[in-house]
Amino acid sequence: MHLAEFKDHQRELYFFQLRIGIAGIFVLAAFSLLLVRLVYLQVLQYDYYRTKAEDNRISIVPIMPNRGLILDRSGTVLARNYSAYTLEIFPGKVADLEKTIDELAAIIEIRASDRTRFKRLRIEAKGADSLPIRTRLSDEEVAKFAVNRYRFPGVDIQARLFRQYPLNELASHLVGYIGRINERDVQHIEDADLTANYKGTDHIGKTGLEQSYESELHGITGYEQVEVDSGGRGVRTLSRTSPTSGNNLVMTLDIRLQQVAEKAFGENRGALVAIEPATGGILAFVSKPGFDPNLFVDGIDPASWELLNTSPDRPMVNRALAGTYPPGSTFKPYLALGALELGKRTPQQTIHDPGFFQFGNHRFRDDKVGGHGTVDMYKSIVVSCDTYYYVLGNDLGIDNIARIIGQFGFGAKTGIDVEGEATGVLPSQEWKRKRFRKPEQQKWYAGETISIAIGQGYNAYTPLQMAQAMAAIANNGVIYRPHLVNYIENIRSGERALVEPKVARDLKLKPEHIEFIKRALAGVNTEGTGARAFAKAEYTSAGKTGTAQVVALKQNEKYDEKRVAERHRDHALFIAFAPLESPKIALAVVVENAGFGARAAAPVARQVLDYYLLGKRIDKPAAEVPGDDDDD
Amino acid sequence: MIRTLWLRFIDKIDAPLFALAFALLLLGIITLASAAHETPSRVAGQAASILVALGVMWAVAQFQPQTLMRFALPTYALGLALLVAVALFGDVVNGARRWLNVGLTRIQPSEIMKIAMPLMLAWYFHKHEATLRLRDYFVASLLLAAPVLLIARQPDLGTALLVTAAGFYVIFLAGLAWKILIGLALAACASLPFLWSLMHDYQRRRILTLLDPTSDPLGAGYHIIQSVIAVGSGGLAGKGWLKGTQAHLEFIPERSTDFIFAVFSEEFGLIGNCLLLLLYLLLIGRGLTIAANAPTFFARLLAGSVTLTFFTYVFVNVGMVSGILPVVGVPLPLVSFGGTALVTLFLGIGILMSIHRHRKLVQT
Repeated sequence: MHLAEFKDHQRELYFFQLRIGIAGIFVLAAFSLLLVRLVYLQVLQYDYYRTKAEDNRISIVPIMPNRGLILDRSGTVLARNYSAYTLEIFPGKVADLEKTIDELAAIIEIRASDRTRFKRLRIEAKGADSLPIRTRLSDEEVAKFAVNRYRFPGVDIQARLFRQYPLNELASHLVGYIGRINERDVQHIEDADLTANYKGTDHIGKTGLEQSYESELHGITGYEQVEVDSGGRGVRTLSRTSPTSGNNLVMTLDIRLQQVAEKAFGENRGALVAIEPATGGILAFVSKPGFDPNLFVDGIDPASWELLNTSPDRPMVNRALAGTYPPGSTFKPYLALGALELGKRTPQQTIHDPGFFQFGNHRFRDDKVGGHGTVDMYKSIVVSCDTYYYVLGNDLGIDNIARIIGQFGFGAKTGIDVEGEATGVLPSQEWKRKRFRKPEQQKWYAGETISIAIGQGYNAYTPLQMAQAMAAIANNGVIYRPHLVNYIENIRSGERALVEPKVARDLKLKPEHIEFIKRALAGVNTEGTGARAFAKAEYTSAGKTGTAQVVALKQNEKYDEKRVAERHRDHALFIAFAPLESPKIALAVVVENAGFGARAAAPVARQVLDYYLLGKRIDKPAAEVPGDDDDD
Repeated sequence: MIRTLWLRFIDKIDAPLFALAFALLLLGIITLASAAHETPSRVAGQAASILVALGVMWAVAQFQPQTLMRFALPTYALGLALLVAVALFGDVVNGARRWLNVGLTRIQPSEIMKIAMPLMLAWYFHKHEATLRLRDYFVASLLLAAPVLLIARQPDLGTALLVTAAGFYVIFLAGLAWKILIGLALAACASLPFLWSLMHDYQRRRILTLLDPTSDPLGAGYHIIQSVIAVGSGGLAGKGWLKGTQAHLEFIPERSTDFIFAVFSEEFGLIGNCLLLLLYLLLIGRGLTIAANAPTFFARLLAGSVTLTFFTYVFVNVGMVSGILPVVGVPLPLVSFGGTALVTLFLGIGILMSIHRHRKLVQT
């Protein structure tokens, strides 16, 4: 080997080894950097990352309790739960919602209405973890998604309990419905310090008993400690605290009676409240038209909502509870009773009725042209003589009327166990002062008292108040607070918490007075304005017809049913209780824009009483009875 | 007789190199058993790949470096041709055009380049050893740039990076002047904005995410956040084998391949990491020693480049998983699941063994 060449090789090797050495130092430096990083993460930041990993691992999953059932007094279910699969999106875990929904739609049918509902839920239910894009999946759809699940992080199938109202429209206002928890509900829940118990719950009672008895129905939420993966899906359950189911509500309502009553209305709008006088238990609580509460459970679609909300029939209003109507002539027996109690009248006192009452230069007409002739108190109720009450009202004055009528609970909330009750209007001088702002409007005119005395004018009461007052007469002046729930049942222990009948007020009426009024009311149904509707009744009953003006009539104008637009027609009313001697049921009926009470409302009452007292099944609405004695 | 055969059989096998590689393989299999607990078939699959890879290593170790030199140009040319073919007719998998369908199976030509590149450049410099001029470094750069651009276009940033590293190490070890190296480094810094504009959105996002992973915890930052949590929560001694919650609850993505270090770290802690890094360091040290003592320019350059590329795998992978480097597709050598990478890596180890065992034959 040549020396120079060897030297060159040596030199070359030296330079190479130098570079290898430099590379080696670089490698050591790089590894030191890695080591520093690892020490930082695993020693210095260990606690932080350990906590992070723990949080990653265990998530507390609330377990929703089963919502309590709602049943009628004989155990018929009005609200129940059933299990179904929903396809739910966790919006927080999905980057592009629209894209995800589009991709889901390729596997599972997602309609435009599902999308709009989902959007609405997004806005309304802000706190919710997951929102359903589709509900009630078929087994096939569940399987289809399961196969593709890996493609959709943040989307999962959930087995959910759904609320169902098997009787649909029947008693819909009373039972109410549940709906998605919205921001206002969240506020309520926070105010009541129930946030923890509503974790995992996404529905809450919105109206009716579902709302009023929410705390009983909801139950206590359970918890599960679950190991989850990064997609939020449970892997393993570590511990479990079972939820406690909500309590069942057993109502005083008789659903078959309710059905008979609702059928009796036919296509008419209106309300009916039937009460057991001795307890205050509600037997029937009708508001027509109704709605299907099932529509609201998953979030109602906008089209149906629009329809329900803009309908002139106002199906969403619970007329029995929140509708207020002038009582018309059903007012008269209470005023008469009050006059007896105050000593302003005796049953025997008579007036002469020429068919009108002259007050200054205003003439208040009686329905019967030419008048009823000589009229005592009994006859004034039986034939519903207006003139008698024009005179009586004028003698009593507005404040006395208000005092008498107020005793029976008119114009005040009854305290029934469901929210949304209207107060109504019990007119008085004081009421008018408070109601109006301009001084000339605040003044009470004596002329106004005259029409108040026959149940018109400012008078406005709920059918519930009317039924309660009727029950007060039937119960000899002892008023029980009306209630809808008979008992609350704990399904675990079987324990039943009975709702004790509660006396709201004892009017301490003189027995001879109450007996007299009862006799007069019985006369209505045997020989008076209710006689046709109660012909051949197999039980004794008391009743009173009423017709409430919707538009005020001009002086000397005769009310012509045919000429008045349908919505401006009078409301037909009827109040009744039966049997006369030991009343089992008291009721009030309002049929909107149906004309005379004797013709439109009394037959409804008859069907309800027939069913309740005789067990008669009435399958078709009774034909309208044309009558010539509709002069209440 | 059998003993003699056995000695003949293992004659070309470098014991320290083999022991270190074997130890790493063992750690890899143990970690994989935990990472892929839901798909146990992966462990068996990896074991099979190891056998194939060891076979490849043994075979390569039998060659004389001169023989290897003869492969340089053909493998490089084939690799380049295949990369062009991929660019034209390749199959798209996960949005990247990396695979070439060759009837029976699909191959990833970029993988060939990891070996072909140092072979080619080492051969080129060896050929011009006596008359090395600046022009030769320039030609070498072009030889490097062409396949790298094709690979980066696929896009496969991880492989492009490794091939670039392999090529660069050869050029560096061949003695490129320091002032040019510094100039190149400055030029590289200057061209960063240009590179940025060439990058795909997801690549940019990965780099941005590295700076602030929490900016997108459910998106691109997710990989980093979860793997860093896994590493950090491992602590000093780790959570124990099969007890890594991050791994077993599927918080770590790609946990049996590119992110297997997170699983290892979580279960074996800092102590395990030190052992792992030490094994790598020893292996690299052995490789560099082999390079330093290699008889020919070709052998030195090749051994040095292969060893330093191996280091690059480790550094980029661990750096990525521990959150100091952006996420690129580089496996943890000898540990990550994946047959192709394993074969490539053992090919490199085989080359090192070949160089080491044949050093005296050339010298004399």
